Formats: sequence, C-alpha cells, structure tokens
Amino acid sequence: MSKLGNLGARLHRGEVGYDFVGNRKIWYGLSILITIVAIAGLAVRGLNMGIEFQGGAVFNTPKTTVSVSQAQEYAEEASGHDAIVQKLGSGDKATLRIQVAGIDTDQADKVSAQLAKDLGVAEKDVTGELVGPSWGEQIANKAWQGLGIFLVLVVIYLAIAFEWRMALAAFVALIHDITITVGVYALVGFEVTPGTVIGLLTILGYSLYDTVVVFDSLKEQTKDITKQTRWTYSDIANRSINSTLVRSVNTTVVALLPVAGLLFIGGGFLGAGMLNDISLSLFVGLAAGAYSSIFIATPLVADLKELEPQMKALKKRVLAKRAQATAHGPATDEPPGDEPEDAAPAVVGPRNQPASRGRGRGRPSGKRR
Amino acid sequence: MAAPKRGRNASAPSKPGRSLVLILIAIAALTGGMFASGHTTPRLGIDLAGGTSITLRAVAEPGQESAINKTNMDTAVSIMERRVNGLGVSEAEVQTQGDKNIIVNIPKGTNSKEARAQVGTTAKLYFRPVLATEVSGGGATPTPTPSPSGSASGDSGDKATDKATDKSTPSGSASPSASSTTQGRAVTDALKADPTPSGSASPSPSGSPTGDAASGKLEAQYAALDCTKESVRAKAGDGAKPSDTTVACGQNSQGQWQKYILGPAAVDGTDVDDAQAVFNTQTGAGWTVTMKFTGSGAKKFADITGKLAQNQSPQNQFAIVLDGEVVSDPFVREALTGGNAEISGNFNQESAQSLANMLSYGALPLSFQEDSVTTVTAALGGEQLKAGLIAGAIGLALVVIYLLVYYRGLSLIAIFSLLVSAALTYSIMSLLGPAIGFALNLPAVCGAIVAIGITADSFIVYFERVRDEIREGRSLRPAVERAWPRARRTILVSDFVSFLAAAVLFIVSVGKVQGFAFTLGLTTLLDVVVVFLFTKPLLTILARSKFFASGHSWSGLDPKRLGAKPPLRRTRRPSAPVETKEA
Repeated sequence: MSKLGNLGARLHRGEVGYDFVGNRKIWYGLSILITIVAIAGLAVRGLNMGIEFQGGAVFNTPKTTVSVSQAQEYAEEASGHDAIVQKLGSGDKATLRIQVAGIDTDQADKVSAQLAKDLGVAEKDVTGELVGPSWGEQIANKAWQGLGIFLVLVVIYLAIAFEWRMALAAFVALIHDITITVGVYALVGFEVTPGTVIGLLTILGYSLYDTVVVFDSLKEQTKDITKQTRWTYSDIANRSINSTLVRSVNTTVVALLPVAGLLFIGGGFLGAGMLNDISLSLFVGLAAGAYSSIFIATPLVADLKELEPQMKALKKRVLAKRAQATAHGPATDEPPGDEPEDAAPAVVGPRNQPASRGRGRGRPSGKRR
Repeated sequence: MAAPKRGRNASAPSKPGRSLVLILIAIAALTGGMFASGHTTPRLGIDLAGGTSITLRAVAEPGQESAINKTNMDTAVSIMERRVNGLGVSEAEVQTQGDKNIIVNIPKGTNSKEARAQVGTTAKLYFRPVLATEVSGGGATPTPTPSPSGSASGDSGDKATDKATDKSTPSGSASPSASSTTQGRAVTDALKADPTPSGSASPSPSGSPTGDAASGKLEAQYAALDCTKESVRAKAGDGAKPSDTTVACGQNSQGQWQKYILGPAAVDGTDVDDAQAVFNTQTGAGWTVTMKFTGSGAKKFADITGKLAQNQSPQNQFAIVLDGEVVSDPFVREALTGGNAEISGNFNQESAQSLANMLSYGALPLSFQEDSVTTVTAALGGEQLKAGLIAGAIGLALVVIYLLVYYRGLSLIAIFSLLVSAALTYSIMSLLGPAIGFALNLPAVCGAIVAIGITADSFIVYFERVRDEIREGRSLRPAVERAWPRARRTILVSDFVSFLAAAVLFIVSVGKVQGFAFTLGLTTLLDVVVVFLFTKPLLTILARSKFFASGHSWSGLDPKRLGAKPPLRRTRRPSAPVETKEA
C-alpha cells in the first residue's frame, strides 16, 4: 500500500505520469473502434430484449422436484408458447423461474394454474410478473425521454459551471459510455430489461462524477494559463488527469465495490432478476465511465481548447521558448514532468513563477485554493 | 512538529462543534420521531412485502388524446379505489404515476384475483337500445368468470322510484326463463321472416341510419356470433364506437349466453350519478338497483325510455353494456323522466350490489390497458430483500476494507460518516412511509446500495485534497481547511449532477424505476448534508488530535508516506523560508 501511496505522491508531483493527452490519438482510435464494434454488434446481433419488451409472463415457483427441461415442456404445453426455464438457487431452496413469451394478461392466470398443477405446487405459491408488450417499450421511451432531458440540462449546467467545451466533451464521453454499454449488451447477449434501462440511466450521473472531478482540477490549474509560457493547455490537462488519477481510480473502485456486491452476491443468490439487471448494466457502465473520463473527456477538452486563438498563441510561445531553451542548453526547461524543481506542485504555471515569494502564498492569482 | 499556530488559513474554521451537535440533534430527532410514531421500519413495497401490483395505462380513443388529463386520471383513480376497496379489499392502494399510468397495489392476503378482475375490467359503460337478441350457442355454458352481471336480464320492470311501485310485482322470478325464450323465438322468427338486411337492424328506435351494407355485415356478424366461446365473446363488438350499431354478448339469469344487436349508445356511464342496491320490502320485489342520473343524463334517459316504451319486445329493452359485454338488459315500460330509475328482477344481494357498483363506478372516463401485473408472495419478497441486504452489507464491507487499507486512520472518519448517512437514510425512509407513502421496493434497495459508492466518493474527493495539501508541505490543520473549499466545490458539482440524473429519472419514469430514482436522489442530498455537517467538522476537530496532526503512520496522513518533501518545493534553495515538517 505504501507503494501505492507513493505512486499517488509521485503522480501528484508529476514525477511519473502517463501522457494521456499526448497519446490521445491511440485512445480516440480505440474508442472509435469500440464504438464501431458496439454499433456493428447492435446491428448484427441486436439486443436480447427481455420479456418486458415482447409481452409475456415470468412465473416463479416454490421449490419443486420437477426438472428444468420437464418444466419447460409443461410450460410450453400449458401456454402454447415458447418458454425459458431457469433454476435459481440450489439444493433445497431451488426454485424455478419460468418465462413465457407472448401470452397476454388474460391467459396468464390459466397458465399459472396449469403450471401449479403440473409442477405439483400450490397455486397460490406460483407468483408471477405479467407484462403487456408495451410496458417495456413505455419504460424505454421514458428512458430515452429522460436521457434527452438529462443531457440537455447537464450540458447547460456544465457549460455554466465550467465552459461549453467541457460540457461538450462530457457529453461526448457520456454518449460514448452508453454506446459501449449497449454494445456490450448486444455482443454478450445479456438480456435487456427495465432493470437494465434503470442501470443505464444511473450511469449518466455516475459517469459524470469522475469527469467532473478531473474538469474541476483542470479548471483550477488553467486559471491563469496565458500568463505563463511554460506549459501548453495540453500539458496542464495531462497533469490534471495524472494528479487526479488516484482520486478517479479510488472513486471508481469504491463505486464498483457495492455494485459488484449486488451483481455477484445478489445475483448469485437469486439468479436473474431486477437486482442483477441493474447491477450488471451499472457495472459495465461504470467501468466505461471511468475509462472515458480519463482517456476521452479530458483529451477532448484539450483538443477543443487548443483550437482557441489564445491557446494557439500560447502553444506557439511555449514551443518557441522550449526551442530556445534547447538551443541554449538544457539548463532550465525540460519537457513537462521531468523537472524536479517544478515537480512538487500540482499547480503549475503561474503559481510557480514568483517562486521567490515565500511559501507559495501571495500567488499572482491571489486566489485561495 | 506541525505547530498549530502555523495554520494561518485555518484561523477561521467554522465552529465544527456546532455542526456536529446540529447533525446529532437531527439524527436524534429523526430516530426519536421514528420510534415515537411507531414506524421503525420502512414501509415495504408490494414486491418485498408480497401482494399484487398492477400497472394500468390509459389508452386514448383515436382523436381524443386530450382525454388523458389530470382530472380524468384522478376520477379514474377514485373510481378504482372505491371499486377495489368496495369489494372488501382493504388497504389496496391506487395512485397515478406519471401522466398516464395508474398503479394499483393490492397487499397480500386479499383476494387479488377478484380485485384484479375488478380493476382490469373497469371500462366504459353504455346504455344501448336492444335491436335483437337470442340465446346464443346451445345450452347454458358454465363460464370460468362468473361475469359480474348476474343480472336479471329480461325480467325487469323499470320505473321511476318515486312513482307508484305497484307495477313492480310482475317481475317475479318466474318470468325470466319465459321471457328469454320468447325473445329467442321472436328474433329467430324475425330473422326468418324477414331475412333482408334491413330487417332487424333498421327499426332501431333511435333511428340508427345504418346503411344496408353495414347492416348486412352486422347481420352476418350476428349470425356467426357464438357467445358460448370465450374467445369469440371477447372479440364481439370489438372496436365499436359508441355511435355504432354493434353486436354483443351477455349472460342471462340462467347463466345462458345471449347475443344481441345493439343500437348506438343512448346514455353514457358518466351520466349515472349514483346507483345503489336496495332491498325493497314494500313491494316484495326483493333486491333492486336504483339509479340516479345527472341532469343531462336524466334528459337522455327520458328520451330513450320514451322511445323504447313504444316498441315491442325485444325492442323495448335497453342493454347496459360494460366493456362490450351486456351486464343487464331491462325492459322499459314507460318513459322515465324523473332522473331516477329502478331496475328490479330476481337479484340477490350480491348481484344487485355488483350491478350497482358497476353503474356507479363503472363509468371510467378513460379506458385502461393492463401493462404489467406482478404477483409476489412475501416469501419470495423476503428472499429478495435478504439478498439485497446481504449484497448491501458485503458492498459496504468491501468499501470499508478498501478505505481502511488505503486511508487507514482517516477511513474511520469515512466509516463514521457512512454510518451517519445510513442512520439518516433509514430513519427518513421509515418516516416517509406514513408521510408521503414512500415504499421501499427492490429497486429502491438497489439504489441505496449504489448510493454507498456515491457517498464514499465524496470522502475520497476531500481526503485526496487534504493529502494533496499535505504533499505540498502543509501541516494537517491548514491542509484540512485549505482543502475544504476546493473539495466542497467538486463535491457540490458532482453531487448536483447525480441529483439531476435522479430527479430527471424520477420525473419521467414510471413504476419501479421511481423508487430507485427517489432513493438515489435522497441519498445524494443526504451525502451533501453529511459531508458538510459531519465529515468536515469531524476532520477539523480530529486534526487537532495528536494522532492525526502528528501524521502518525496509521493516520493515513503521514506526510512522509504521502511523499511530502519537507523543504516544501524549493529543494535547492534552502535559504527560502520553509514550512517545517517533522520527518
């Protein structure tokens, strides 16, 4: 652990670091590749829509001695439709979950009664969930609606709290996360249920959490960026990612732990069900969210920022200065991250300039941190 | 040694003790309120407590989309509520959700099947004139669903209740079989004698202007109609508008299915103000159903009865059609102008009550479609709750272990904060049950578990900030104070985003999703409260303790371990004033 702590310190000081922004093309490429695969998967395999989207019923039986294949036969016989039977739990507590597609709410009672008879259990113990074909669709429609409203609001909010470039980058990252999650669902063939949709919507808020943390640091560090000539915006953006890396990793791990608990314990305990559906999509989405906030969102901000004339000019000045420095010998300026003298503070640039003024106080920005 | 006086920026720490006292009072008040009100556990949703949850969606008639509005939805809710609870289903809960959904929750232990049938079939009610009728199929068919219309079809006397009641006697129990057979014969005769399409359809008392082609089609439909088959019955008169002439099925008092040709709706179910089952002792008519019409309803009813009374059987009958099925088809003897009417026949208490219920509550302003029905026994719900709680406990344990390993002593603050957060969440949920009807369902449990992560995230943001400050060479107390404004902003911004997501989800979603969104929003808000009023003040206070301030190696704030370089930044300039750090 001390090594990890040490790593945190070195990341913080910029002693070590990965050039996220410099290598952004690789990550953009990877993301584009993933997105293409996701879309292709979606187009070719499609999503495995749960019963909620087709209409049908899910029955749960108490423990029974009937085997899965036998139960499936019974269910198909009773309903005249395809049935999927799963065994949940094991040993004494094993129960069956029987999905029958295509039956409507009127037929369900009959099927349920017939099943109870066939399986030799009391009718009242067979419980079920019955959905019309439009139910899942309605939830999905609401989800899209929610997604739209949320995106608009959050882009507005981020544009106010930060700036429009960050809002745009966060937006792209979010779309990216959703695409990946949907793609994983298409490729692996996990069932899409309203639980999945809920999970997907929750990712929205969550995925942005990490992004916001990095942006916050970025905003702070680039406050007076034009007043110095050492670092380009990209350099600072990279440093922001590195210095918040520990934080991002920690928040992601901590967020994933309870979800993993839900997924593996809740799921293992009960088999398929709401808990499992929500946690699975959360798990996939959270991982994607962490990735995108580090590898996509911030480099994208840097790219957008560097389109600005101001930043272009700054970059020119910085490069000029560096070239000059190399010409005069490598005494003062080295590429970012290599210079021990500047290594300590996460805050680079202006705050370092008046180094002679004591203790880092009285920064030119005059801002408290 | 990090001397306390060095904390220049920390000179204005808000009074941490006050915040702590405040939040402790809040916890005490909430838990106290929880015990005082006796609601020590959150109310469980139907999916955890067991029972049946039905989601109904309002379906608009084409061209009448505006009919789905708040007023109509509220009316529908109150009608359904009276229906389910009027049927002896207690504690059933009916509420709107979203703009076009109604959720009916029926707790375990009540006859959910009956209630479901009641709610599910709640539909439109019309009074239509009978143009023709006969017994359908062959003999009586036992039907699985004893249609609530055990009504005394065919043998009823109608009259204004306030008029002399002497005429009610003819409607003895002997008549029904006689009349139904007569009707059967009458129509058969009519059809045989006059096979032209215009025959039985056109003499509609209300002057239905059905064209020959249309009535021919209807005739064919009528001939083909076999009401003894449930599937056929369900489709009879499908898609018929109130203004159409249509076919329909109904069961008479012998349990025989009759088929009908019915004219356009003359009176709407909404025109019925009230209906009651009355035991009429004076005339010996037994159970009767009295109806009271609204102003416009009374006029319409007077019109139709006026016309019908002049006709011969069976065209002096009108049919009360609920959801496309004839539930009663009383005769009309005279025009009824008083706005009141009575249907008599061989009702028993149950059938009279049932008809009265249908008349008074059956007139929903909207039609509904059953979108989902979830039936859960408490055993299954309990198991799910158990699994959820175990998952939550394990998730919490994992988070605690991770924090302990990574943040050491500092994690104690996080763990206490998590506990405070849990206590607040639990007590608020318990109190919200009786207050706003909040019920903890499975997705809500899930939301609460996911929220552990969100809450812990805030601590990490703050702790990492503090550690950054220490890395820059500050001693603990100033570090804690300096880190706060920055961490605060980050926490607020990201919590706001989370809350926004939860709020949007809550507003647009339906059913179970709402429980999840609500919990997520609630815990996000509580996270802010806890971080501001508990975590930060606690850290401020603990920063004064030797254990933390000295950077004990188990405190999680050991400057050396964090990699703070004692001479702050300017390693090569020892002349610069340094912020001392103990080694």
